Amino acid sequence: MSFEKHILICGGTGCLSSNSAEIAESMKAALKEKGLEKKVQVVLTGCFGFCEKGPIVKIMPENTFYVEVKASDAAQIVEEDIIKGNKIEKLLYIDPKTNKTVHEGEKMEFYQKQQRIALRNCGMIDPECIEEAIGANVYMALGKALHEMTPETVVNEIKLSGLRGRGGGGFPTGMKWGFAAKNHADQKYVVCNADEGDPGAFMDRSILEGDPHSIVEAMAICGYAIGASIGLVYIRAEYPLAIKRLEGAIHSAREHGLLGKKILGSKFSFDIEIKYGAGAFVCGEETALIHSMEGDRGEPTSKPPFPAEAGFWGKPTNVNNVETFANIGAILLKGGEWFKKIGTEKSSGTKVFALAGKINNVGLVEVPMGTTLREVIFEIGGGIKNGKKFKAVQTGGPSGGCLTEADLDTPIDFDNLILKGSMMGSGGMIVLDEDNCMPAIAKFYLEFTVDESCGKCTPCRVGNKRLYEILEKVTSGKATMEDLTTLRTLGETIKDTSLCGLGQTAPNPILSTVTKFWDEYVAHIKDKKCPAGVCTALLQYTISPEKCIGCTACARVCPTKAIEGKVKEKHIIIQEKCIKCGACMSACKFGAITRG
Amino acid sequence: MACNNCKGNATQKELFDKLGAFIDALPTKEGALITVLHKAQGIFGYLPREVQEYIACKLEISLAKVFGVVTFYTYFTMTPKGKYPISVCMGTACYVRGSEAVLEDFKRELGIGVGETSADGMFSIDALRCVGACGLAPVVLVGEKVYGKDAAKKVKEIIAEYKKLG
Ligand SMILES: Cc1cc2nc3c(=O)[nH]c(=O)nc-3n(C[C@H](O)[C@H](O)[C@H](O)COP(=O)(O)O)c2cc1C
Ligand code: SF4
Ligand code: FES
Repeated sequence: MSFEKHILICGGTGCLSSNSAEIAESMKAALKEKGLEKKVQVVLTGCFGFCEKGPIVKIMPENTFYVEVKASDAAQIVEEDIIKGNKIEKLLYIDPKTNKTVHEGEKMEFYQKQQRIALRNCGMIDPECIEEAIGANVYMALGKALHEMTPETVVNEIKLSGLRGRGGGGFPTGMKWGFAAKNHADQKYVVCNADEGDPGAFMDRSILEGDPHSIVEAMAICGYAIGASIGLVYIRAEYPLAIKRLEGAIHSAREHGLLGKKILGSKFSFDIEIKYGAGAFVCGEETALIHSMEGDRGEPTSKPPFPAEAGFWGKPTNVNNVETFANIGAILLKGGEWFKKIGTEKSSGTKVFALAGKINNVGLVEVPMGTTLREVIFEIGGGIKNGKKFKAVQTGGPSGGCLTEADLDTPIDFDNLILKGSMMGSGGMIVLDEDNCMPAIAKFYLEFTVDESCGKCTPCRVGNKRLYEILEKVTSGKATMEDLTTLRTLGETIKDTSLCGLGQTAPNPILSTVTKFWDEYVAHIKDKKCPAGVCTALLQYTISPEKCIGCTACARVCPTKAIEGKVKEKHIIIQEKCIKCGACMSACKFGAITRG
Repeated sequence: MACNNCKGNATQKELFDKLGAFIDALPTKEGALITVLHKAQGIFGYLPREVQEYIACKLEISLAKVFGVVTFYTYFTMTPKGKYPISVCMGTACYVRGSEAVLEDFKRELGIGVGETSADGMFSIDALRCVGACGLAPVVLVGEKVYGKDAAKKVKEIIAEYKKLG
């Protein structure tokens, strides 16, 4: 196949939501009209990472990077760029710092400090085409393992690399494989944890959508290393695109003899089955996940026994996260030594983060461990949206904590983040600005964990509910200073006494915000004020009589008819009726309405 | 397999037959409950008691076990969704960009709560956790259609759009 040019269009969930599939169709039609369909290939790839300005279209080999493309731009792209070789200025990305357009993706600040290992093929290949994956060296590591390495040397190579689990725990992967390899049984299992429970994180799904073959390959390698012939992927049913691409990848791998009996002419047989999750955060926890795969309620059981001894149907089972698996092929091809040199001493390699919240460049980023939070947020992320002030960054999802201005120069790795009172988690990174209220954020996370607690053990089921009730008192101005003490002591008790990781980490968002944003909690309690202007119970909307001209705009938009006043007369808000939705404030053209 | 407890009115018979055929074709019934529930929800749209009874009977497990699993997982629902199911993303990225206010607006405009369906069967509201389009936060889904950023905040317009469709 000899295409002269390739038009790569992002087909990740984010960009597909803004109609990137339609762009691909229009592009194909425009090429056909010009008789170019044999010279220029249109590919719907996985996520490029720069979700903020999606849909993204890349022209290769020039690497021209177009942002916020619409289907109606297709004809112009073909006419101007593909045929005449001119860049289309209005579709190029404008660097907000220099106000100049950037022509090539690589030159964007967003990509400069990134290093892509786990995401190496995302956005580069057509994930639905096994030939493209093979062309990008996927399955080469499997060939190498089967023909040139013994199971022991595979495990040793992973040990050497220093790879630690990316699902949150950070347990050394090589060691885990070693345990499973040592336990003898008639049947062993390899499980890929694609439950991705952290709300606001989308790393694992993006990998599965953009490069499913690398996961299939890595699971087979793991099967060879530990002596398992069956692989299972536990994936959220809410991820239809990832499921479809993974199913497709498994199917074509079978057709190509890369899964099934006697793979690549060796004695090794391996196949993969998909198991669907059904929306329960606790099922990300490995013992709960195994029970769920057995068709039961996903309730955790205490460890030991670890899955490596007694997992799925009581057999030795190795559970790894999607991103952990995504690193395996690269490690085997380039060597554990190579991987070990990237990142920090105790956390080698890179980490993928789903950067979101009040940040200019929402997206998927992969940086070497040791990169600082400041680099990720202010360089790659392009700083805070709308020129607002940075307040905190939340890492580790519902199990993690908040980091502040003072922590920005911390090099990111497993141990440093724990030292600073948060954790790596699976890679969600939510940036907060001055308009976010920390007690409200803590309440948001706690509502999630209360909702998701499986209810098996009391500290988590009852204790977290009590914590949530106290936070409700805080955000409605009814709490006392004693309540703050209770938040801390009860939080610590829940951490110490819960059965599984969910309960053991649930109080973290509270404990970290109480410590770091003590004054904000006190303001809610003593002054009955929410400094960020979020907690509705503590807010009051008022109309300034000096500024009101009686245009009636506010009274017309108020959903509860809480505003009284005749045309050209001063209006007033009846506080008892006000539901504090803020509609009047947005409607007033004279800045007469204040919130405080 | 004969299944005496399995009722189901005539119009639904085909649906039950379809589910039955799926269950009969399973390589093993051991551990298959969640797989079957997924299939059943795909066929019926939700999991009413009759469907749960049918599954319990076919898989030879207790109804309590089926019910226990159905209620454990949020994906499974025992109430039918509206013709236009509205899902507001309450993932963290959407939350910090104002999805709570959007959810409140939908609840107020439609007069129903999360997990409920409007009396005319047109709309239902659900809160989701991250649909993976965080760049578009806040995100609202109506069926498969995605509304992001400012479009998601125009709650009245979104509802009017579907009311017009009928
Ligand atoms: C409440 C809870 C939720 C979890 N959710 C996930 C998840 O969504 N994805 C994941 O890979 N690991 C999750 N884990 C961690 C898993 O239990 C397990 O450690 C991990 O899948 C092991 O893979 P790794 O060593 O490759 O990280 C969760 C743990 C707990 C306690
Ligand atoms: S800590 Fe919570 S989620 Fe974990 S077993 Fe106990 S109740 Fe269930
Ligand atoms: S948090 Fe709403 S799409 Fe991710």
